[in-house]
Amino acid sequence: MVNFMVSLSNPMEIETTIETKNLNLYYGDFRALNDVNIKIPGRNVTAIIGPSGCGKSTLLRCFNRMNDLTENAKVQGKIIIEGNNILELETDLIFLRKKVGMVFQRPNVFDLSIYNNLKFGLRIHRMLSDKDHIMQAIQSGLEQVNLWQELKDKLRKNARSLTLEQQQRLCIARVIILKPDIILLDEPCSALDPIATLRIEELLRILRQQYTLVIVTHNMQQAARVSDYTGFMYLGQLIEFGETNQIFTNPGEKLTENYISGYFG
Amino acid sequence: MFRRINEKIIESCIKLSGLLVIIFVFLIFLFLLKDSISLFGQYPIGQFLFGRNWLPISEPPKFGIVPLLLGSIYVTIGAIVICVPFGVAAAMFIAEVAPGYLKHVLKSLIEILASIPSVVLGFIGIVWLGPFLRNTFGLKTGMCGLTGSLLLAFMALPTIISICEDALVGVPRTYKEAAFGLGATHWQTLWRIILPAASSGIIAAVMLGIGRVIGETMVVMMVTGNAPVIPKSILEPLRTLTATIAGEMGETVGGSEHYFALFAVGVVLFIITFMINLVADVCMRRAKK
Repeated sequence: MVNFMVSLSNPMEIETTIETKNLNLYYGDFRALNDVNIKIPGRNVTAIIGPSGCGKSTLLRCFNRMNDLTENAKVQGKIIIEGNNILELETDLIFLRKKVGMVFQRPNVFDLSIYNNLKFGLRIHRMLSDKDHIMQAIQSGLEQVNLWQELKDKLRKNARSLTLEQQQRLCIARVIILKPDIILLDEPCSALDPIATLRIEELLRILRQQYTLVIVTHNMQQAARVSDYTGFMYLGQLIEFGETNQIFTNPGEKLTENYISGYFG
Repeated sequence: MFRRINEKIIESCIKLSGLLVIIFVFLIFLFLLKDSISLFGQYPIGQFLFGRNWLPISEPPKFGIVPLLLGSIYVTIGAIVICVPFGVAAAMFIAEVAPGYLKHVLKSLIEILASIPSVVLGFIGIVWLGPFLRNTFGLKTGMCGLTGSLLLAFMALPTIISICEDALVGVPRTYKEAAFGLGATHWQTLWRIILPAASSGIIAAVMLGIGRVIGETMVVMMVTGNAPVIPKSILEPLRTLTATIAGEMGETVGGSEHYFALFAVGVVLFIITFMINLVADVCMRRAKK
């Protein structure tokens, strides 16, 4: 495995893409996020790790306001993405979710053809109308996730007939095709076998050159392999955030060290 | 020992009930078939299936079922055209849009709708809907195909709504999450993702609705005017297969040609409903996958 934990530049030079200020989230009375302050750098892979139920998925789902769908979830604080607080009422959710795409735990391709799965996003955002342009976009989307060669002759097949790995790649292509700035990945490999997992990780390393990736994972090795920065969360709090290298070799907090060395988790 | 005998008895009772149902269906079909085949000894089958006149008491009698078949088809198509859009839209509203309390209220209201006896609907048709349509469209009589279609649509709605709703609710929630995650609006998600995913269930619902409409007797007998002629439009009096059997069976002599002809009409009806239910079943099974 190629070791990707080398940090190439001083973090101060890297632009922050997502910044939260005193972010709190309540499910009814339960405080799922507790004063989270994080600065996620752009054009990098940031991993968020922590034991299950620590709020890492909840935090991720705040970044494109997917928590709006959860009943009785209440968010306080600020999330600044490209200079705008996206928690403001006037935020255009459609535009936000185009810019901040999301890949989910289980591959959730639609019960439609591969072609229509990809076309859906283009259509709802009225991005392209010409058939040839749509086809080009679909081709380049599939090429970026290494599916074009396998699937170019069966674009009319139902997407649910693909393997889980292909489905997850298709889900990533479905996001990429909308030209987002940020891609959120919520445990994208948890439904996949180890070999498919490695291949998806390889894909993430290529994608980091163009997009800001934020990945939530319960798999510490995965975080170490793919990410440039890592945040450790525990009981709704962000305990530590820093370069992956530093977090894994020389953590600043006792709690982080205990988690990483496997005392709990 | 005693327990084992007990088990055996219960098991065979259950087996017997299951078998009885199959035997009954089979016997009913045989019974229908036997009596209708008797007709074709005396009356040619071609004239029965393609004859354009149903004149059972003229001399010689004519038993052409084309007017009755067309009557049934007109009324059914009319009813389906009216109730499918309403039914699917209502199911979409209940499954996806309505808030929790309204959902419960609507669902129980729909159950009440299903429990209205058809004779009551027929009564409403005679007293109110028929005259209303006559005045609105300037017809000679309000007892026509459209009146029947409207009331039948009303009767098929509960079936269509509840099965459609089940199909829509059965679509995995992850689809919705994925669509919202891509920036789709609620309507876009519903129309382009959830509806196609539920399509087999919706087709099944429509087929079952058709089955319900085509087999309904009381309402059509009361409001469609009962004229066994080939209808030129849905705004004219007509008569369905079911109404013919129900209306004439009491007047026939057992074992007469007319009597057997009515059985043959019954077989035609049986085959039509059987086919429709078969298609619905196939769709339901595909929806479950």
